[in-house]
Amino acid sequence: MQPVLEMRGISKTFPGVRALNDVNLSVAAAEIHALVGENGAGKSTLMKVLSGVYPHGSYEGAITYEGRPAHFRDISDSERRGIVIIHQELALVPYLSIAENIFLGNEPARFGVIDQDRVYTRARELMALVGLDESPDTLVTHLGVGKQQLVEIAKALSKKVRLLILDEPTASLSETDSDALLRLLLGFKETGIASILISHKLNEIARVADRITVLRDGTTVETLDCRNAAIDEDRIIRGMVGRTLAHRYPVRAPRIGDTLMEVRDWTVHHPIHADRAVVRNVSFDLRSGEIVGIAGLMGAGRTELAMSIFGRSYGQGISGSVRIAGDAVDVSTIDRAIAAGIAYVTEDRKQLGLVLGEDITKNTTLANLPGVSTGTVIDEESEHRVASDYRTKMRIRSYGVEQQTVNLSGGNQQKVVLSKWLFTQPKVLILDEPTRGIDVGAKYEIYSIINELADGGRGVLVISSEMPELLGLCDRIYVMNEGRFVGEFPRADASQEAIMRAIMRSKDLNG
Amino acid sequence: MTDITASKSMIPVDDVGAGDKSAGEPQARRGLPHTAQLREYGLVFALALITLFFEYTTGGVLFQPLNLSNLIMQNSYVVVMALGMLLVIVAGHIDLSIGSVVGFVGALAALLMVRFGFDPVSATVACLLAGAVIGGLQGYFVAYLAIPSFIVTLAGMLVFRGLTQALLQGASIGPFPEVFQLLSKGYLVNFAGPGTSVLIALVLAAVLLGLNVRRRQARIRNGGPVDSLASFVFRNGVTTILMLAFAYQMSAYRGLPNVLLVLFVLVMLYRFVTTRTTIGRRIYALGGNIKAARLSGIKTERLTFLTFANMGALAGLAGMIFVARLNTANSKAGIGFELDVIAACFIGGASAAGGIGKVSGVVIGAFIIGIMNNGMSIMGIGVDWQQVIKGAVLLAAVCLDVHNKNNRL
Repeated sequence: MQPVLEMRGISKTFPGVRALNDVNLSVAAAEIHALVGENGAGKSTLMKVLSGVYPHGSYEGAITYEGRPAHFRDISDSERRGIVIIHQELALVPYLSIAENIFLGNEPARFGVIDQDRVYTRARELMALVGLDESPDTLVTHLGVGKQQLVEIAKALSKKVRLLILDEPTASLSETDSDALLRLLLGFKETGIASILISHKLNEIARVADRITVLRDGTTVETLDCRNAAIDEDRIIRGMVGRTLAHRYPVRAPRIGDTLMEVRDWTVHHPIHADRAVVRNVSFDLRSGEIVGIAGLMGAGRTELAMSIFGRSYGQGISGSVRIAGDAVDVSTIDRAIAAGIAYVTEDRKQLGLVLGEDITKNTTLANLPGVSTGTVIDEESEHRVASDYRTKMRIRSYGVEQQTVNLSGGNQQKVVLSKWLFTQPKVLILDEPTRGIDVGAKYEIYSIINELADGGRGVLVISSEMPELLGLCDRIYVMNEGRFVGEFPRADASQEAIMRAIMRSKDLNG
Repeated sequence: MTDITASKSMIPVDDVGAGDKSAGEPQARRGLPHTAQLREYGLVFALALITLFFEYTTGGVLFQPLNLSNLIMQNSYVVVMALGMLLVIVAGHIDLSIGSVVGFVGALAALLMVRFGFDPVSATVACLLAGAVIGGLQGYFVAYLAIPSFIVTLAGMLVFRGLTQALLQGASIGPFPEVFQLLSKGYLVNFAGPGTSVLIALVLAAVLLGLNVRRRQARIRNGGPVDSLASFVFRNGVTTILMLAFAYQMSAYRGLPNVLLVLFVLVMLYRFVTTRTTIGRRIYALGGNIKAARLSGIKTERLTFLTFANMGALAGLAGMIFVARLNTANSKAGIGFELDVIAACFIGGASAAGGIGKVSGVVIGAFIIGIMNNGMSIMGIGVDWQQVIKGAVLLAAVCLDVHNKNNRL
């Protein structure tokens, strides 16, 4: 069959990182082509190359689309050719109606005056195609996530889509909504529309995909054909994780002591949808000197678990107990959690971790200003001393502690955030994606710091979507999925296959 | 800055790239603190330029002792409120109600003292409290109910203007007790003869200089950041000379006005609070990144509430200074004051996005506005064109600021 899309030898480099390395992808007409791989394998980058987010010339390799070389300058360029991408975060305007959203930026109009009749008739046709039976006047904000997803697809159809790209379309959908969506894709296939489906839900992929391309570490591992012989999930997983550890991890002989933190029956509900449990009955232990990992896919509830423990900074209807060194502690506000000896390093250091306009000194002392003050007056000398000490200890590369943090590299920014939390003298550190967006060399340094922290008798909880990182760093790994802990592996028993399997098995159990 | 080379890379291979990157950039960025300083110098320069311009165009009237005295008195309430507005703006908010609060508290002061015979001291305390309560009330809506400050204080602007009119019932109430009028009309007693002003200035300048020298030495001891000696001497020298020259000029009239003492104390207090205290630091962090501040254990709601309560108290003080000067309270008092105060903050380098702004900046900003008001009035420029010119200056100042910031980051 003639391929509708042919991507050959695609390479894309960011400063310090080679995100894609000689990737090949070929999609046939009227095919559902699944793209799988771990977080960070390069799936999204590849799709951004395809849709023109990274314009022609900013990557190497060739794209042939519908028999012609494609040089997309931006998204609207690729959309004109019928390539429509639907992102995980929906791009709908909540206070506009379904019809208005479908035709946003593409309104049927004459001399700038919108043709309302045509909007409604066309909207009804498109909505019927995707199975939406609401009134076109309904505001999008009143729809559930599943139906919002359908509005996005209707919007794509209004642009005469030839190749539909769906990035994790079912991640936040219920089982029935997911089913409906997948059936829709199968329907599109009949009308000649090709789809690229990015998903972590391998059971869905095994069900609908014609072919599967596996990406790992920015390269194409293989393309599996499911049309003749069924491919089972284990086969896909092997392709996704089958590598030897590419990164190096500092060696450490763990000195694990007594239980430091005990969390029991921790349950958290969504901050807006009070009836939706995001974390369900989670219990875990952390010992002094121990590095414990929490593995899981995006949306498993790991960040929500950490933030809810850290002063209820996420969610509502929180129940459960936290003990530190045997004593029940009050973690109901952030300052109480800090006082109890808990520190939380966020996954988003720019938005949540640093005051970027301020210098290293002020960021370092922010969470423990009383530590450098007499009464309410800041002692500049001791503040400067503290910041300089941490700068040396953490090997923060800057021209001084008065450098603005916005000008630091990602790794050095992360070290400033770590300094801030170490200065609160925590017993337990929760690190959420501590090396996200940090280059390989700086990662090694962060790992070394984490090891030193544990060796100093602290308990360290590491949340990471990079499984090799957890395997290389942790003494014990919990596996979390859909708000529950679904597995626990000591270092010796942990492997990527075992973790993946624990996640997949729990999915099957939950139906 | 030499210690870049002193920090040794822990791992030899992979890290070199990252290390080189961040170690190489300081070359270009070393100028950064200087840029920030340049900005401040630019502000002083602008003030000097505007001052000299009006000194020239008014034929020397601007610097005449009587006019200088007037300038201080006319401008004092703008400076007082700009200190509070600075904190509000740094926290990422705005307060449009202060003009109305000035009117309301002025009317309240008049009622208390003139109608009900309160003594000036207890009336002053009551009025400051009233201001703080008004500010706190609005702060409650902003901080705890998360209603945008623009809307809350726009409502406050209407409500307190209306209440001012209701309190006064269309009448003008005055005159105030003599003692109260001294708040803005009085002068410090010239206890040491005509040289008193210069003497006071000399003492204050010496104290300031001493404090600055001590701070600088402490920083040098700790290896903290310091300006070059030349720049330190220059800055302190210019400040001292200006203070003495100003005091000398003032001594030719009746000496230093009382309100100047109030201003001096307040400016020093707020400079201290913003640069040296935990609460000041936290307000800047809150404005710079509210989420990061909250996740660092800072009680952002309470802090926002307090900045508004503080603003209200200062607006109350400004209201009293204003009615003491006019010696009568009327329902039009304070109309449009918020505009001069907000303009002073933005001209002085505060960022509308929050997190940035200095006391020294807004004081200079307030004086730029004040001298423009005063100078243009002496020149006989109509109120119509005065507004046009002030608007243009505000826009130009902020454009310059945005331009500088874009170049810096």
